[in-house]
Amino acid sequence: MPALTPDVIARHGITPEEYDRIKKILGREPNLTELGIFSVMWSEHCSYKNSRPELKKFPRDGDFILVKAGEENAGIVDIGDGWAIAFKIESHNHPSAVEPFQGAATGVGGIVRDIFTMGARPILNMNSLRFGPIEGRSAAAATNRKLFAGVVAGIAHYGNCLGIPTVGGEVYFDESYNGNPLVNALSLGIIRHDQIKRGKAEGIGNPVIYVGSATGRDGLAGAAFASRELTEESHADRPAVQVGDPFMEKLLLEACLEVMRTPGLVVGIQDMGAAGLTCSTCETASRAGTGIEIDLAKVPQRETGMSPYEIMLSESQERMLLIAQKGREQEVEAIFNKWDLHGVTIGRVTDDGIMRVKVGRQTVAEIPARKLADDAPVYHRAARPIPPRPLTLPPEPKDYENVLLELLKSPTIASKNWVYRQYDHMVQAGTVVAPGSDAAVVRINLQRPDLGYAGAGEKYIAFTTDCNSTYCLLDPYEGGKTAVAEAHRNLVCSGARPLAVTDNLNFGNPHKPENFWQLRRCIEGAAEACAFFGTPVTGGNVSLYNESPAAAIDPTPTIGMLGLIDDPRHITTQWFKDDGDVIILLGELGAELGGSEYLKRIHRLKAGTPPRLDLAKAKQIHDACLRYIRQGLIKSAHDCSEGGVAVALAECCISNGDALRGATVKLPINAAALFGESQSRIIVTCAPEAAGQIAGTVLGKVGGDQLRIGKLAWPVARLRDAWWNAIGRLMAH
Amino acid sequence: MKFGVLQFPGSNCDQDAYHVLGQVLGQPVRYIWHKEHTLGDVECVVVPGGFSYGDYLRTGAIARFSPAMKAVAAHARAGGLVIGICNGFQILCEAHLLPGALIRNRGLQFICDWVRLRVETADSPFTNRCRPGQILRIPIAHGEGCYFAEPAVIRQLERTDRILLRYVDNPNGSVADIAGICNETRNVFGLMPHPERASETILGGDDGRRIWESILHASAHA
Repeated sequence: MPALTPDVIARHGITPEEYDRIKKILGREPNLTELGIFSVMWSEHCSYKNSRPELKKFPRDGDFILVKAGEENAGIVDIGDGWAIAFKIESHNHPSAVEPFQGAATGVGGIVRDIFTMGARPILNMNSLRFGPIEGRSAAAATNRKLFAGVVAGIAHYGNCLGIPTVGGEVYFDESYNGNPLVNALSLGIIRHDQIKRGKAEGIGNPVIYVGSATGRDGLAGAAFASRELTEESHADRPAVQVGDPFMEKLLLEACLEVMRTPGLVVGIQDMGAAGLTCSTCETASRAGTGIEIDLAKVPQRETGMSPYEIMLSESQERMLLIAQKGREQEVEAIFNKWDLHGVTIGRVTDDGIMRVKVGRQTVAEIPARKLADDAPVYHRAARPIPPRPLTLPPEPKDYENVLLELLKSPTIASKNWVYRQYDHMVQAGTVVAPGSDAAVVRINLQRPDLGYAGAGEKYIAFTTDCNSTYCLLDPYEGGKTAVAEAHRNLVCSGARPLAVTDNLNFGNPHKPENFWQLRRCIEGAAEACAFFGTPVTGGNVSLYNESPAAAIDPTPTIGMLGLIDDPRHITTQWFKDDGDVIILLGELGAELGGSEYLKRIHRLKAGTPPRLDLAKAKQIHDACLRYIRQGLIKSAHDCSEGGVAVALAECCISNGDALRGATVKLPINAAALFGESQSRIIVTCAPEAAGQIAGTVLGKVGGDQLRIGKLAWPVARLRDAWWNAIGRLMAH
Repeated sequence: MKFGVLQFPGSNCDQDAYHVLGQVLGQPVRYIWHKEHTLGDVECVVVPGGFSYGDYLRTGAIARFSPAMKAVAAHARAGGLVIGICNGFQILCEAHLLPGALIRNRGLQFICDWVRLRVETADSPFTNRCRPGQILRIPIAHGEGCYFAEPAVIRQLERTDRILLRYVDNPNGSVADIAGICNETRNVFGLMPHPERASETILGGDDGRRIWESILHASAHA
């Protein structure tokens, strides 16, 4: 066994101070296996050692929160009648940068395991993706297209095979993601309150059962890999990317839910995700205040000659750890056998608080479980503000008509059908609003036999993910706030009452004070908005060290928000419905161009002050929109975001391919009015007789086969073609 | 009509078929686990979509050897109704209950979308409530839905009026725009589109009900 030289310690990402802390915990020098165990558990990915003080700023409480942020693998929210929703978002950025297909696929696999580990049946997946620009002939663009295609195919492969619909998400393109794409995967499941399972190793003497794929050398220490910057040499890290097997995951999902729903069999359960066997054993023991002892000789292995270090740090996919009730192992085994799986008892729960790893009779690691899981160092990093980027407004465009077409062709704004057509977004027969409107809406059929409970009726939920990283770059506080407000707005536009948030904080290296300042300010802004809207954060994920050789990514605090729809008649989509309907703008037109897609795309400018968000005003507009929907006054509602009112109007005309609609509206003809991205604006339509009951600015009427704004005009078929086919055309290269 | 929905490891549209037959159409329906050797009193078997056995080796290639599929083959020989949807169609082809094979989509990508289908004949237990030429709007969701068979087989299918559904705008490169075919005795039907996803208006359309209603009609007039 190699000696633990300072070099070996440093290569594990352990600082000299952290090494002293380890020695203090153990009362001796660690061996290599123990060092490896500490290094993955104390990585940012597992310990949040750099972000924890900031994460505490998020509101986490609410009387409808059943499982709070940080308690378990996913947060759980009450939706009434004994039912609840488990949901969470998680990043797989670094693996996807190195191997996009498998990196993204296993990202889906990991987050789905987090959901069914709680006992919930996953009913939808979403994702939030960021890539460098995909336009043009440059080598960078070609690489970005390859990453984009690989990530989408990987998500499709895994989610489609599992039979969980991928019902929406977002894709942005920006130079800051060159070489460091973001892949944030989200999963959501339905569960009865009394079906909730915990990741706790309770009951001294209870058996610890391993089930799923055999352990290999793939994904060795991926959690530590995810907590480093990407460098030119990162491609040599390819073994740190795991290989996914969605068929195995499907078997595990069905078998584990069946085991968990058989009363009295399962005491605790946790998936082996980041930091694999290490994390699942020490965390379950730590939560229960117990110890755990496992024998690595009993762990199924797919390669020969694996060392204890390799087995403990492997991140092979599709593996679960169960703490079963002693004496009922055979019943557990019978259910696994039904699904052609084999559960292996690899250890037992002990009373000494120690995570003890053996190979046969030889002890190879012995660490206090709670100190390993919960006593990671916490760092209060230095923060240094980044000065604003002043904006000198460029001259007004000569051809507004062409500007709108260019914006609709911008891959960030263009239809994402090239993406979501590859995802099975309809399986489970519940997708009411498919990708392509403000939020996805899903019907949950409570009578499905696979829910393990004879329910009645249905529930309807809406979900969205949002974040404008340009705003976050230019003003992280406003950007964080705005991400939450936009998610909130997307939900009310769909007819939903927003409930709770999961967040994925993607930032650069926190050791750089500017990056840390961005992280802090984005959290503070998002936290303020979450508190104001009464939508607590139920969990999520932090991904730091998102830097390519060039620079850090733009700060990207992705917000996933859950809403509940009380009556299916409230479900509302963004597209115009009938000729003659009145188009009304809720909120003020505004004239803010800073941080806009217009400046970025048309003038290559990423500068200025992003739109200001007045939370009180936002809430008033959102509440009004939802009230009108509930009163049955509104036929369509669409949030104004990237590209401003002009793009939003165009989308209302063209996003229902079966029935394109024209419109005639009056607006001031200038860039700020047409393409500015002022906040808290919603475009709604109603029948003429209802217009008097809606407080807003009447913009015009639906009808014809052109979008007319003052003297400007576009055939809707032309707008549709530019917007619908833009990404497909780029990817056909 | 008593329906049975097969369940293989990796099936994932079994719940949806079960839901539509039981809750939406109010028919008696039960699951048939792939390890079962008999079908009991089931009158119509649904081989659902999904990725049976992970699509290892070839789509449907392993599922055909399961005990339940042997029972389905016997059921089909005895004249019982069988409908295979998506992966179910692939399995029926692998089991030689239907001719031809389903290969990678022409564009090499998985496609999930609503498509229009033309009913080519009402002369089957699966389309008798449709008019020939009628257009049905039903979703597809597959990566390997490109129907292929030798020209002689296609001619035979056409001559014997066994092409039940054709794509209006062929999405996947299927030979002769074929979306669904039946066997010689017209009691086994395979199709790539998912009628169980198009059986309720809230999900975007209910044209898929024409298929289920045809099966119920056939049973009532048998």
